[in-house]
Amino acid sequence: MGALGHYIEREGVPTAQVSLIREQTAAIKPPRALWVPFMLGRPFGAPNEPDFQRNVLRSLLSLFDRPAGPVLDDFPEDAPTASEAPSFACPVSFASAKAREVGLAGAVLEEVAELGPWYELARRRRGRTTVGVFGAGAEAATRHVLSYVKGSPEAPPDPAWSAGMAVKRACDDLKAYYYEAVAAQPGNIDARAIETWFWTETAAAQALLSIRDYCLKSSDESLKPLGKLSLIPRFVTDTR
Amino acid sequence: MARLTDFSDSERKHHLQKIRDLPDFGATPFVAGPSLARRRVAIVTTSGLHARGDRPFDIGAADYRVIPGEMPASELVMSHVSVNFDRSGFQEDVNVVFPIDRLRELAADGVIGAVSDFHYAFMGAAPIRALEPKAKELATLLKKDRVDAVLLTPV
Repeated sequence: MGALGHYIEREGVPTAQVSLIREQTAAIKPPRALWVPFMLGRPFGAPNEPDFQRNVLRSLLSLFDRPAGPVLDDFPEDAPTASEAPSFACPVSFASAKAREVGLAGAVLEEVAELGPWYELARRRRGRTTVGVFGAGAEAATRHVLSYVKGSPEAPPDPAWSAGMAVKRACDDLKAYYYEAVAAQPGNIDARAIETWFWTETAAAQALLSIRDYCLKSSDESLKPLGKLSLIPRFVTDTR
Repeated sequence: MARLTDFSDSERKHHLQKIRDLPDFGATPFVAGPSLARRRVAIVTTSGLHARGDRPFDIGAADYRVIPGEMPASELVMSHVSVNFDRSGFQEDVNVVFPIDRLRELAADGVIGAVSDFHYAFMGAAPIRALEPKAKELATLLKKDRVDAVLLTPV
């Protein structure tokens, strides 16, 4: 991020950046930066908090009034947190026992079906969905993910995509479907709670972990890096 | 929240290594401009955002996607390759990553001069040096669009 500040401003266009990792920005010394004490993924603090977002944005824009740089300011407030966070509850009850009963692929299909109404509810309330990088809906992504779980991977849907990028995008779409569905209940927008639920309680997470193992053992150069870095968050792999 | 001291050991080591691997950028450039109320503002995000149906970002991609200013939030998806940041905020409200509605409000209030017709997205996991040629290319586009304030926003 700070590198772009150097590169773009060198060409004559003024820049100001949000910094999420202060130490990194202090090392790069971009022209203007505002460090914010928010979680990674939320540079403007919190969703559905327009006043707070506007305050962050105004602080960032105010850096253009400084006469000289580099500037690295600290935003003074923490992000608002979801007030209902402690009452997080999953609208659908899952158990890893399901995977033993119907197999992992079967358990994922059951979860996807059970979450369907919640996903549709979320999509209507938000007027949008972020599922759709792999294909039109969650169905195709689920099928692609499960082809790996079953040990007979489907070919990528686009011939220009590597096997690795295809399965990566399918995994991300499936995860987005779960996240959006479980957030359908008003109390379920706490990021950490959703993340913990997904990685500890769903068959989908077990499916992604099995794909990671598949990638690590694969001789396909497009699959190997996924296993190391791009399927499972570090906080999950740290505990395995 | 995103203080290195708050991260897990492996996460902290990862970010510290990235800092150690940084190239030397030399002197920091600093370009003056008009007052904020006269500036034309564009967002350049490294969140891997793009239009639904546009090319997703590959691992290591150093190129960018164009996001027309009038594009509805329902058309935006994210194909950043990292799994180590929160996406639930973006799923709930695009402005937590790409504050286009807030920027329009500030333009309507006269705080800034105008919002650019085009915004841009890189994918932040690209190798730093690889970004330079595309960033130069983008600066040319920004100047043609009379942008004199670029907001760089990460995830």
